[in-house]
Amino acid sequence: MSKKPQFGLLIDYEYCTGCHTCQVACAQENNWPAGMGGIRVQEIVQALPHDKHYLTYLPFPTELCILCRPRTKKGLDPACVKHCMAGCMTFGPIDELAEKIKEKPRMVLWVPR
Amino acid sequence: MPSSETQIYKTTTWSPGPGCHGGCGVLAHVKDGKLVKIEGDPDHPMNQGRLCARALAMTQYIDHPDRLRSPMRRTGSRGEGKWEAISWEEAFDLIQEKMNKIREEYGPESMVFNVGTGRDIYAWICMLAYAYGSPNVMFGLTGQACYGPRLAAAITVQGDFAVFDAAQWFEDRYDHPGYKVPETMIIWGYNIHATCPDNLFGHWIIDLMKKGTKIICIDPRLSWFGSRAKHHLRLRPGTDSALVMGFLHVVINQGLYDDAFVKKWSNAVHLIRKDTGKLVRECDLVSDGSEKNFAAWDTRDSKPVIWDTTQVGFKDATAVDPAVSGEWEIKMANGQTVVCHTVWDAFCDRVNEYPLDKVETITGVPAKDIHDAAVMYAKSKPGAIHWGVAVDMTPALTPLVTGISALWAITGNLDVPGGNVFARFAFDVVPYALPGTKGAIRLKTEEQDKPRIGADRYMPLNKFYWRCQTDMTLDQIFTEDPYPIKGMWIQTAGIMQGLGMDPKKWRAALEKLDFIVAVDLFHTPTTQYADVVLPAGTFLEKDSFRSWWVPLQTINKVVEVEGCRPDVAINFELAKRFDPEFKFDTIQDLYDDILKPSGMTFKELQAKGWAYPPEGSSSCPYLRHEKGLLRPDKKPGFRTQTGLFELYATLREEWDLEPMPRHEEPPFTPVSRPDLAKDYPLILSTGRRSPAFFHTEHRQIPWLREIDPDPVVEIHPITAAENHISHGEWMWIENWMGRARYKAKVTPVVPEWMIMAPHGWWFPEKKAAEPDLYGMWDANINQLIPMGHQGKDGQGAPIKHSMCRIYKCEGGRS
Repeated sequence: MSKKPQFGLLIDYEYCTGCHTCQVACAQENNWPAGMGGIRVQEIVQALPHDKHYLTYLPFPTELCILCRPRTKKGLDPACVKHCMAGCMTFGPIDELAEKIKEKPRMVLWVPR
Repeated sequence: MPSSETQIYKTTTWSPGPGCHGGCGVLAHVKDGKLVKIEGDPDHPMNQGRLCARALAMTQYIDHPDRLRSPMRRTGSRGEGKWEAISWEEAFDLIQEKMNKIREEYGPESMVFNVGTGRDIYAWICMLAYAYGSPNVMFGLTGQACYGPRLAAAITVQGDFAVFDAAQWFEDRYDHPGYKVPETMIIWGYNIHATCPDNLFGHWIIDLMKKGTKIICIDPRLSWFGSRAKHHLRLRPGTDSALVMGFLHVVINQGLYDDAFVKKWSNAVHLIRKDTGKLVRECDLVSDGSEKNFAAWDTRDSKPVIWDTTQVGFKDATAVDPAVSGEWEIKMANGQTVVCHTVWDAFCDRVNEYPLDKVETITGVPAKDIHDAAVMYAKSKPGAIHWGVAVDMTPALTPLVTGISALWAITGNLDVPGGNVFARFAFDVVPYALPGTKGAIRLKTEEQDKPRIGADRYMPLNKFYWRCQTDMTLDQIFTEDPYPIKGMWIQTAGIMQGLGMDPKKWRAALEKLDFIVAVDLFHTPTTQYADVVLPAGTFLEKDSFRSWWVPLQTINKVVEVEGCRPDVAINFELAKRFDPEFKFDTIQDLYDDILKPSGMTFKELQAKGWAYPPEGSSSCPYLRHEKGLLRPDKKPGFRTQTGLFELYATLREEWDLEPMPRHEEPPFTPVSRPDLAKDYPLILSTGRRSPAFFHTEHRQIPWLREIDPDPVVEIHPITAAENHISHGEWMWIENWMGRARYKAKVTPVVPEWMIMAPHGWWFPEKKAAEPDLYGMWDANINQLIPMGHQGKDGQGAPIKHSMCRIYKCEGGRS
């Protein structure tokens, strides 16, 4: 049985611009070769009424995400959170993030493996 | 001395490396003399700890196995891909010998110095060219259609360039007292957050949105901003100028402008003759009058008064109340009576040629949306506009740029907190001349500038933009008229794979030259045509400084890569060899000299890291026209020839160029060329930015290539279905000039009538030698875009709006 999760990533996907900084920050920090990494940015194009569309980018923590344990143990943010150009990622204890998610819509709370 | 402990150094990005226009603070982690990690500097006011994918990938970039690590001499024919390594001394000697021969036989102007996008090397390329004696520094894009034309056009009417205000002028940024967040921001043809061009940090706009800024997006594509915009105006490419006329129509006819600004700070009150449509100049009214003074109608005395441009005020008059609108019969010095009205009347007449139904027909944007967006912007106090390269990439760029400038000026948003703020070099430290400035690095004599290609034909180039005209230069390589071009210095510029339109023509031109030097970090399609290739260093391998707008800051050397040298060191060595009177012994002397206006030496600035100009200096906002901070004579006003914001451009009248905004249909659109539209029914737009790449760079960096592995064209689902193309399939994009192969991304982010093909594609993993040339001939979209269609200013060119047809590749991937 796996350990109960304590920490998560809160993503404000209203502001994610799809810059992929988180991907490269993760690869650099954790020495992942291209093709692997702890986070991936997805693009979602959703049709809306009146021939409009909405473009969303969503960073998704993969099976390789360890929430940068060596960094967070030192009190640092995970590499993706630190470098996020849009400042749309927050790391923290799940309870705190669950409080924070109430502040505005278009957010998602990830709890990686 | 390399340390086995990890050391952390602060420095500043500015290409080579991330490729962008730079300025972000970074922390470079170095161990045993190698870069082991790079992070954003949390103390740096520009990026505040953040860092983009391209800068973070520096650890893969700096020791990349493909990096050039020795000067190379070509041993085969051009494009054959055969090279031998030579020493730096051999390379310098060879270059000196060959370039001296060209100078002796044909004159220094026969050597062209080609530069790419705006990086710190611009200064050092000018330094080398000018030390050699050539005025022909060439930005290799048709119509120089990136940034410079915008600068030159804006400076013509407002004396300075202006950018959106994200409090970037202040070390305390958004907390600065007096700073205001724009209520509305118009993002005009700009996907700024993807690459941070134009010396701005794209995500500042996201910061502002979080603080409440609402967005109006002008873009045919559904960009990220478009998706979040209050109004997204999806115009037909090339019709931006009609759209801005629609905005002005709404603002003026609904009285949403700042009439105090218009009357006091613009040339609205100056008189125009109705018979000729030209300005009334003092010399028209009195026989010994100046042709550089203008006239207004004084409503107190009911007579004309002279606007004295040397005084930036009315002549011999203490209290003048000039009329903004009206019509008068005025007696001229030659006895003739001429009906006159004001610039404002003429400007309004021009604007009224563009009612919204007409603008809707031209642009395809519903009139109601234009109306609502214009009202929203005009009622926002403050409101900001920022424009992307789309405004340069059209031949009639000046009538468009001056329209947008007029929009921010008459709505009272010029140099106000949260509006469009004058951007000047911090502390007036100007290494090389951008349009409208005099740089520290100059030709020795005005005489040497005379042969500059295009300077006698195009006055905006002559007056504001100190480069040769690119399209004319290309032609002159073939015609050799009025003098032959024999050599080219190409420094971190990709004339074959990105910068040059019609690359086959450029290839023929390069083949014709006697001697070509390329300076780059990797071999590229362009370097394959050089005689000598010199390996340059990244920003981490050099001491330099950055003075493009604010702050003034140093770039600090943190590592050395064996075999490579910084651009500045390469050019410094050769400048000394070509100019026996070259006045600097060391690069640090050079830096100290350029930095003089700041009152700091290079070492002093380096110790600080960065410096912000204090309040009261000309490079610190706001309302500098009121405070007398803009003009050399310190008088209130703008740095234009009238001292006013010019709704009617006096210089352009003198140059016989269109003095007011208007729409001119570009040369290759379904409207201007219905004949071509039969065979080429789709609008081809290019240049969409990728956050992974800067123009042609980074295709060999695994972490970045992974983000954007293939040349991908965006195509609407209906258009794809009509052409039997499926998502992910390889397809040809073709027009009368040629074709390029792209992978289809079927997506509704583009309209049905347009496709978007990013530029700059080549494949470092493919064969260097022709006919492959790194697969460039397969994927270079510039093969469908012509040279030689620069606008009447010699600037601007039809890059973002051509025409094409598409069809699927048989056999799938090549």
